[in-house]
Amino acid sequence: MSLSAADIDRLAHLARLGLASDERERLRPQLNDFFGIVEKMRAVDTTGITPLAHPLDIMGDVALRLRDDVASEPNQREANQRNAPALENGLFLVPRVIE
Amino acid sequence: MTQISADLHDLTVAQLAALLRERKVSALETAQHFLTRGAVHAGLGAFLDVQPDATLAQARASDARLASGTAGALEGVPLAHKDIFVTRDFASTAGSKMLKGYISPFDATVVAKLGAGVPGGALGAGMVTLGKLNCDEFAMGSANENSAYGRVKNPWDTTCTPGGSSGGSAAAVAARLTPAATGTDTGGSIRQPASFCGVTGIKPTYGRASRYGMVAFASSLDQAGPIARTAEDCALLLSAMCGPDPDRDSTSLDAPAEDFSRSLTADLAGLRVGVPAEFFGEGLAPDVRAAVDAALTEFEKLGAKLVPISLPRTELSIPVYYIIAPAEASSNLSRFDGVKFGFRADKYTDLNDMYLQTRAQGFGDEVKRRIMIGTYVLSHGYYDAYYLQAQKIRRMIADDFQQALKVCDVIAGPVAPTVAWKLGGHSDPLADYLADIFTLPASLAGLPGMSLPVGFGAGNLPVGLQLIGNYLQEARLLNVAHRFQQATHWHAAKPQGI
Amino acid sequence: MNTTVEEKKPATKSLLVRGYEVVIGFETHSQLSTKSKIFSRAPTAFGAEPNTQACAVDLALPGTLPVMNKGAVERAIEFGLAVGSHIAPRSVFARKNYFYPDLPKGYQISQFEIPVVHGGAVEFYLGDEKKSVRLVRAHLEEDAGKSLHEDFIGQTGIDLNRAGTPLLEIVTEPDMRSSAEAVAYAKELHKIVTWIGICDGNMQEGSFRCDANVSVRKPGAELGTRREIKNLNSFKFMQQAIDYEIRWQIEELEDGRAIQQATVLFNADTGETRAMRTKEDAADYRYFPDPDLPPLVVAPEWVARVRAEMTELPRVMAQRFVDDFGLSDYDATALTQSREVAAYFEAAAKACGQPKLVGNWIMGELARRANVDEIEIGAAPVTPAQLAQLVTRIQDGTISNNAARQVVDVLWSVPGSDVDAVIEAKGLKQMNDTGALEKIVDAVLAANPKNVDEFRAGNTKALNALVGQIMKGSQGKANPQQVNDLLRQKLVS
Repeated sequence: MSLSAADIDRLAHLARLGLASDERERLRPQLNDFFGIVEKMRAVDTTGITPLAHPLDIMGDVALRLRDDVASEPNQREANQRNAPALENGLFLVPRVIE
Repeated sequence: MTQISADLHDLTVAQLAALLRERKVSALETAQHFLTRGAVHAGLGAFLDVQPDATLAQARASDARLASGTAGALEGVPLAHKDIFVTRDFASTAGSKMLKGYISPFDATVVAKLGAGVPGGALGAGMVTLGKLNCDEFAMGSANENSAYGRVKNPWDTTCTPGGSSGGSAAAVAARLTPAATGTDTGGSIRQPASFCGVTGIKPTYGRASRYGMVAFASSLDQAGPIARTAEDCALLLSAMCGPDPDRDSTSLDAPAEDFSRSLTADLAGLRVGVPAEFFGEGLAPDVRAAVDAALTEFEKLGAKLVPISLPRTELSIPVYYIIAPAEASSNLSRFDGVKFGFRADKYTDLNDMYLQTRAQGFGDEVKRRIMIGTYVLSHGYYDAYYLQAQKIRRMIADDFQQALKVCDVIAGPVAPTVAWKLGGHSDPLADYLADIFTLPASLAGLPGMSLPVGFGAGNLPVGLQLIGNYLQEARLLNVAHRFQQATHWHAAKPQGI
Repeated sequence: MNTTVEEKKPATKSLLVRGYEVVIGFETHSQLSTKSKIFSRAPTAFGAEPNTQACAVDLALPGTLPVMNKGAVERAIEFGLAVGSHIAPRSVFARKNYFYPDLPKGYQISQFEIPVVHGGAVEFYLGDEKKSVRLVRAHLEEDAGKSLHEDFIGQTGIDLNRAGTPLLEIVTEPDMRSSAEAVAYAKELHKIVTWIGICDGNMQEGSFRCDANVSVRKPGAELGTRREIKNLNSFKFMQQAIDYEIRWQIEELEDGRAIQQATVLFNADTGETRAMRTKEDAADYRYFPDPDLPPLVVAPEWVARVRAEMTELPRVMAQRFVDDFGLSDYDATALTQSREVAAYFEAAAKACGQPKLVGNWIMGELARRANVDEIEIGAAPVTPAQLAQLVTRIQDGTISNNAARQVVDVLWSVPGSDVDAVIEAKGLKQMNDTGALEKIVDAVLAANPKNVDEFRAGNTKALNALVGQIMKGSQGKANPQQVNDLLRQKLVS
């Protein structure tokens, strides 16, 4: 299989990457080279194999740890917003969102 | 005092800790000594941020604890952190323009445990932070050439790469700019640079060290570990770094903290060292093979027995890893959208354009490539064929290791097919991916792995040996490495001009 | 997420609109009443200063990770048990990836392939017809923040206080056949989640948000294309919006236009629905298991413990009212609309042993007055003990129903009054003393020979005139039945 220019556009949009056209052109063969080596993997017979989503599954039946319902985080708005690009009255500002 | 401090930087973590405990040297003068060295060797490009005031304040606090008898296990010993760990006192960039000047409101758990301790938690090891170390952007790379803040030079040959992604960590330790450093390993990012720079590094079992405060690359693979000059030092640091973090990281193991130094000197007689045929194919450079073979012979001299084993899906680990890691990364990096923190493009027409420009300008090429790959393999109609198939083979790879570890105690082989290559030597990104072949399998399985120097290859560049153990067998790996270092001198070798 | 599985469901007479069958499914986002967020320790209280309740985890600051809130899981289990669902012993959290400014991580942690709650049904009465709406699933997920469009010229302000609030998304089969049935379902669901206390049910504050998937089709045809009406935050708008949408879809089809799948918003001012700017990539959320969260394991022991500690459910309580008090299904359901009413009824019924009368008075007189005063019956000035006493007095013939209403007047305006004292003071006792009554009867007969003769002549109307006179003479306290009997005795003899 090989990625078309349209595929690249679709992925760039999904990932919100505003790639310049020359960038897209550079990227396409690189990605296709990569998916070349992936073909080997696709050919492997994996019938009956359970996907391994996480190495923890191999180490034994690991269950999600649950914490008690306690609200203990203090208000740290100032420290948390210290790196914000645009703020007003404690709100993060973004270009107008139209629904 | 002075003649000691003249070569403080040649001492190991263990030696420095002893001197500090005996008050033969102060944390303050130790910190000053290393800050000075760092400034002298700034040309290596290892450090991304130093804040002498913060470092010296930490050192004074250490001296106070040493004086009051409340010292931590490694009180006052200097340390530097890979810039993947977020820190209060230093900028945390993850090597990306996206996080230029980013100041975290909290310290990573690993940073806190090695330092003054987790707020409200147990006392830390008391180490003093010298600064933050260069790395590939979001830890994506094998040559440290993907950092938005410049390359790092290999102290053994400044025209060569230190490896990646923890290139700054390995280079700084090799150049004696810090006695030890933290690194992170997702597909080999501790082991490979340690190998390229002739130092010792270990990636513990997945989940041993908390990921809280590590800028996420691939959540099911990322793991923190130490880089130092000796296995003994790595054991000391690892003991301080590991332990459950139930309040902050749902994937941290319940396994209690361990003293990984406890069995360092245990005898290797009868040790079964598994040698995977697939690690010694024609892809392996002869100079690397010679050094590795010599190391295996050395283990036999130490009483170990070599056992041929097979890891049949070693080659498949490349596509499997480069599907799973980018898939997780494409999602983990979505938070970098120019809204809450970090970089935002100056010019954009609307919200969508703000996303597009911010992410296009904020991310480097390799990161964009991986986001594109990850987005593709998760997208509608491709998930089963790529992501799910990769996860199935991931299980097969993990099972292969369990088979192999029935007939051996540890697995030994090369860390990388070659010694460090020239900076800019890999123009094709795929070449970097292929060079990860020997480190990826253990990462996919979540097994502990380490790298220790076992000689030199072409261009007098270091060669590392990789040791892989079963889950939670770090102490065993460190024991094997330590006995080797007791019998050899490779780890003590020092680059020219350092 | 919604499914359009259309199995054969118990045949309900489905009313057609202009020859079309209406098909409605619901997705309800119910905010769970935990103190802290689902994956962080930040508080969930409503109405705080912007971003003061958004901690590092909620803001997705680099290096932060989710840690699951046990209270949210517990509430999901309670809901599952309340609607007879299966609780998954092992469920998985997945990432739903999309970009939106109020979604800090660029993905929402939700449940996709394996939700914690499967199946179950919500049962309720539509008029006196019993309905049952099947549930597909209920899954745990995190809420997003809020976008404030008003105050900033050309820009939007983002408040992430709500981000990470635990949600239970409850998804039905497309089982509803009219807006009335849909609203009745929503009200019943609202009743359940507030009854068991997993959600405060405040629709204005967005604690209980309903999305309705509406489509129409010719009877027996395939399911039509659905449009999803988002965020119906009042039962009134719900009905209006769905009715409008049904009309709109039918008109489109009648005009030969196909329905396009879309998400629409209801405008309360115009009473119309309008298609939203669709997220072009809404179709591709790239779900995958969240590698930060191992599978959620719910042990049978846990489910058993929750079941044991759970309060009696409305439908169970209603059945008990039928069995123990002999109420009709309809009355029993009406009296279990809220815990308060049910408790009120049960206390009064037990105190006087007259459940049917008590029920009638609660659903009649008390409901009417409470409605006028816009208060809950639980908050009525008349206590269950007072109602019990009143009913006892009606039952033993001391007062008539009319007199009882006058007593309630007093109890309502002067809380804490004693029922018997009020009856005395207002002289509402019925006259049951035959001697006294006979005197009045004789007097009236003597005073009205004309009527007596007319009656004897066969003019029964004349009797009414006499009865009226006697009631008047007794100042209305005479028991009418008794008066009739006496008169007949005397006149026929």
